[in-house]
Amino acid sequence: MELDIVALSRLQFAITALYHFLFVPLTLGLSVLLAIMETVYVMTGRVIWRQMTKFWGTLFGINFALGVATGIVMEFQFGMNWSYYSHYVGDIFGAPLAIEGLMAFFLEATFVGLFFFGWDKLSKVGHLAATWAVAAGSNFSALWILIANGWMQNPVGSAFNPQTMRMEVVDFYEVLFNPVAQAKFVHTVSAGYVTASIFVLGVSAWYALKGRHIDIARRSMTVAASFGLASALSVVVLGDESGYLSGEHQKMKLAAIEAMWETEPAPAAFTVFGIPDTEARETHYAVRVPWVMGLIGTRSLTTEIPGIKELVDRARANIRSGLLAYDALQRIREAGSTTAVGQEVRDAFETNGGDLGYALLLKRYVDDPRQATDEQIEKAAWDTVPNVPTLFWSFRIMVGLGVFFILLTATFFILSVRRKIDAYPFLLRIAVFAIPLPWIAAELGWVVAESGRQPWTIEGILPTAAAVSNLGASSLLLTIAGFVVIYTTLFIVEMGLMLKAIRKGPEPDFEPEAKLISPNIVPAE
Amino acid sequence: MILHQFIDYETLRVIWWLLIGVLLIGFAITDGFDLGTGTLLPFVAKTDMERRIVINTIGPVWEGNQVWLIVAGGAIFAAWPPLYAVSFSGFYLAMFIILASLILRPVGFKYRSKRDSDTWRAAWDCALFIGGFVPALIFGVAMGNVLQGVPFRFNNDLRIFYEGSFFGLLNPFALLCGLISVAMLVMHGGAWLALKTSGPVAERARRYGIIAALITIILFGLAGLWVWAGFGGYRITSPIDPTGASNPLMKTVVEESGAWFVNYGSYPVLLLAPVFGFIGAAGAFIGLRARWEIATILLSALSIFGIISTVGVSMFPFILPSSLDPRSSLTVWDASSSHLTLFIMLVVTVIFIPLIVAYTSWVYHVLWGKVDEDTINDESGHAY
Repeated sequence: MELDIVALSRLQFAITALYHFLFVPLTLGLSVLLAIMETVYVMTGRVIWRQMTKFWGTLFGINFALGVATGIVMEFQFGMNWSYYSHYVGDIFGAPLAIEGLMAFFLEATFVGLFFFGWDKLSKVGHLAATWAVAAGSNFSALWILIANGWMQNPVGSAFNPQTMRMEVVDFYEVLFNPVAQAKFVHTVSAGYVTASIFVLGVSAWYALKGRHIDIARRSMTVAASFGLASALSVVVLGDESGYLSGEHQKMKLAAIEAMWETEPAPAAFTVFGIPDTEARETHYAVRVPWVMGLIGTRSLTTEIPGIKELVDRARANIRSGLLAYDALQRIREAGSTTAVGQEVRDAFETNGGDLGYALLLKRYVDDPRQATDEQIEKAAWDTVPNVPTLFWSFRIMVGLGVFFILLTATFFILSVRRKIDAYPFLLRIAVFAIPLPWIAAELGWVVAESGRQPWTIEGILPTAAAVSNLGASSLLLTIAGFVVIYTTLFIVEMGLMLKAIRKGPEPDFEPEAKLISPNIVPAE
Repeated sequence: MILHQFIDYETLRVIWWLLIGVLLIGFAITDGFDLGTGTLLPFVAKTDMERRIVINTIGPVWEGNQVWLIVAGGAIFAAWPPLYAVSFSGFYLAMFIILASLILRPVGFKYRSKRDSDTWRAAWDCALFIGGFVPALIFGVAMGNVLQGVPFRFNNDLRIFYEGSFFGLLNPFALLCGLISVAMLVMHGGAWLALKTSGPVAERARRYGIIAALITIILFGLAGLWVWAGFGGYRITSPIDPTGASNPLMKTVVEESGAWFVNYGSYPVLLLAPVFGFIGAAGAFIGLRARWEIATILLSALSIFGIISTVGVSMFPFILPSSLDPRSSLTVWDASSSHLTLFIMLVVTVIFIPLIVAYTSWVYHVLWGKVDEDTINDESGHAY
């Protein structure tokens, strides 16, 4: 069997990205929680808050190291495995990545050293500033990477240049303030805050169950519950915003998430449960709630949401018009420039140029898309449907977990207001077992966003199959195996150290209370 | 947006050629001493305490230093997309080895001292050595291949085809460049350890640094002679339009001996680059013997600046010549991003680079001073 380079390249990207995303959400959220805890320390001068900052800081560091390690790969693998992609969209996609480095990575990486090594070298406020710089750096980094990703989902502000054979930026402002990117940014950082909150809540609950470090555990749980509740609400609200925006920009993704094969009269129903069948192109045993989908997807009762079959019909039309664009492009390039061809060729390219990417979908089946048969066009049109069951289930589990996080953090928030945060062992046990859940939700969120965009790397512009490098399958297998071995080893080591540090618990802090009063006027013993 | 019309496309391309140079040199100078220190770790530090001292000289700063590399990667993507696409997919396995080695560093620093076991620590020492030595070597090997030309070509869709093998990268000239890179960074790491440590560790570092400086001078000279006598450079033979579209296939190129020396004839001031390479290394050699501390590391930084600049100015306007299909070569005039992207990225860079330099300097200032046994014990729990 010949191994498919596209499948292997996708597998490699998925593995490295999913691994990286095991560490990112905790970094995003815990950096902010550390900054909050240290702010309380600086404002109240109470040593226990410094002790908390240092303890959670140790866990932060163990996680951060792997975030950095797996992050190095992300910056380079677009060029390694996706060289045609890099050429085709580097003019737009490269910029946010470079800005991320300049604005975020430097800030985060330079000050993280001071966070760990600067306790005795900096004033209280100086150290606090370093901690906030780390938090700001990691969150800015999420902003820029999601501006880049948002553009892949909704490629605004750019146009194809026939001379350079690539997409080029036309309006950077549009790329920057891409609504999809903004919604994704808030959704993702909030998910990170939830992850860190549940982590802090769960670990503290474990201490509370064991009756250890009870003062630190209570305070940590209080911070985590309130911060976690606000974030969990924000995740769901902004997730809903993402849903609305995909209704606007990625209708196919929305229809696939819903396993909605046929267009329904507005407002569409929401399928809570069902078994999507990709062969028969229908969903069995569907349990449906009327109106809800229409409201989420369109914010109206009268706008129709197109179903998969209707969207495939549209894709077929796009392919036909993409072929006209492709033909015009070939003529322009044979003639040398847009000015060297007749008006009708220029017009054909102008009118159909937006669909050029759809012609590239045919490259899987035929070298010159213009030679494609009707059958091949039909196949390519159905290729625009992503994997429905994957999306359907990933989405439902993610949303279910999101609702659970709201309930969990709300419960502990109410308990903390009543000063009973560690009063119910049963709830504490639930909090401990909830620790891994945010990671599952976050990884599934990535799956929904990225596999929902297939078969495109850039929605409607560049198919994934056309974006890869021309590599040998053996090279790819070798690097996939290499990354899996290295990452898995490091992950096991990381978990071991994490558990060891948690079992050991916070270091006692014998240093005096912050010097609110000069030691000179305290009477000697 | 019309603001970008204030700086013409040609100027922006030259500025971005310079800026990538700045980022790569920034990486080589800052993370360079981390890589050199990692390479020196098994040789200059014998006991566990000595090793911890060595590791803690770079512990708080290496992370920020490595960002120069990450940003250089991102900036090449943004400003020179074809270069990003061709070099990383072409040097595929070499890149994998660099990444795999670099992955070991963050964890090596962070995790090494978290357990008391000897085998545990020895394993991480080994990882830190690999994380220093291997990238230093391969970056040099890559430079050596770039100077000779790399076997790639574009088809009409500008899809890239690379027709070399991993072992083809390991040719004699490239290996020589790899050794220069290792020697140069070991010299720099030696200068760093001489500055940041005292006692036996500093003494050993000085000794290795002196040897490395000497090797740097000899091999750098040798490489120059080799380029002179051994192989040709490349020259554009068609009319050049410095503001033309970024499509490498619109020119013709020939391979020609002596082409990598033409720029020095036209602009003798460029000779300063190799001269700095030699003077800096010679100065570091003298400085290490004379026990200058700050001056030594500045001189070894000057040498790194000179050596990397030499590669850049010798090849200008080429940034990645193709030995397989010379007209596919990437040059400053046909491998950049669009005018608008280059302008936007310049604005961002002009805002952020001074900020980065300012706060990085402040962090170095805060961490100023030698690392010794007391520092390790003082920072109990936090030192690596």
